[in-house]
Amino acid sequence: MAAIPEALAELVSDMESISDRNERAELLIETADRFGDFRVPASIASKPYPEDHRVKACESDAYVWAVDRPDGTLDFYFDVLNPQGLSAMAMSTILAETLNGQPLDSVAAVNSEIVFKLFGKDLSMGKGAGLMGIISVVQTEAKKRLAAR
Amino acid sequence: MSVSITERGYVNPGVLVSTDWVAEHQQDANVRIIESNEDPLLYSAGHIAGAVQVDWTRDLNDQLRRDYLNKASFEALMSRIGVTHDTTIVLYGDKNNWWATYAFWVFQLFGHTNAKVMDGGRAKWEKEGRPLTREIPAYAPTAYTAPERDDASIRAFRDQVLKHVEAGGPLVDVRSPAEYTGEKLHMPEYPQEGAIRGGHIPGAKSVPWARAVNTEDGTFKPAEELKQIYEQEQGLDPNSELIAYCRIGERSSHTWFVLTYLLGFKNVKNYDGSWTEWGNLVGVPIEK
Repeated sequence: MAAIPEALAELVSDMESISDRNERAELLIETADRFGDFRVPASIASKPYPEDHRVKACESDAYVWAVDRPDGTLDFYFDVLNPQGLSAMAMSTILAETLNGQPLDSVAAVNSEIVFKLFGKDLSMGKGAGLMGIISVVQTEAKKRLAAR
Repeated sequence: MSVSITERGYVNPGVLVSTDWVAEHQQDANVRIIESNEDPLLYSAGHIAGAVQVDWTRDLNDQLRRDYLNKASFEALMSRIGVTHDTTIVLYGDKNNWWATYAFWVFQLFGHTNAKVMDGGRAKWEKEGRPLTREIPAYAPTAYTAPERDDASIRAFRDQVLKHVEAGGPLVDVRSPAEYTGEKLHMPEYPQEGAIRGGHIPGAKSVPWARAVNTEDGTFKPAEELKQIYEQEQGLDPNSELIAYCRIGERSSHTWFVLTYLLGFKNVKNYDGSWTEWGNLVGVPIEK
């Protein structure tokens, strides 16, 4: 099985080593601040978004789009309709920054449990399930492309 | 625009304060504003000036056993956030005050009755364009003496629930309809909060917790609308002994708050073991 993309592995390792909760939160908030760079452009989708792009387990109304690159890799775009959905925005930004353009088998290898390494183990079930749901959609899109080859 | 709190017909309207009230009391030394959220990033990203954070996992739960904090930990928490017995605490948070009412319920286990909830929660404050700050306030520690935690008045345990079921007592299941019917069991990635069996406790009425709030601004519905849901539609009796539950007792603390304070139900208990306990217990009755 392929390893996950190096940038993501490094980030997960760095975040996992942070014991100070506030420091972790600050880093994740800074990440969420970059969410606009990966918000789905109007050329790809406009509201109301189709239901099949919605992350079912995410209570922050997160949506995911996978756009094929000519080299066979993917670019991921997102939207999070709940303006308070900061964690969902941070998660989406992390995925876009570390997975866009990466080999599909490495994207498919991303385990949704990295959520707890990135955000800490204190997440509620709902929050954890929502964030894992975003990863799951991304992973599924990569797997679909791999299966079609 | 929602009707003012005092005009909604609540039995205890004083337990709610408006966003206006909070804005006017931000500098009030006798008021401590407390934010309690599900999303761990929200407080750090910006909160009402002067508000402290109470985290539901770290501050309110025992870190070893499945239980709430004890007397000593509660005293330490209150000291840390600069609260005395004379301090009015005002809780608010995300998800329609779901976690704020959970904290409120835990505070009542220690008898801090001088407590209120900001109607509409964090979402209403933000929607109104009110300011948020990232500055973490520091308050001088207080000497707070709490009574022993009272688990008898507003908390239910599994043996009590079983006797209650056998006696045909009323329950309210505040989870989603899919959880109530057993269609949704648990997330496989999250087994520590899962359950072996799906369904609901026999006799429980299904009233998802969020039905108590207005979707447009997160404020609580007026008493007449709440009565329509809980009393007329579901036939719950305000004078009966009632047990509310969900999955781990957080959503049901919201319903406990609504029934106890807004509608004046006399004896509502929150079964915090909830479905993660009941759905894993050997031999207890379950309905689908």
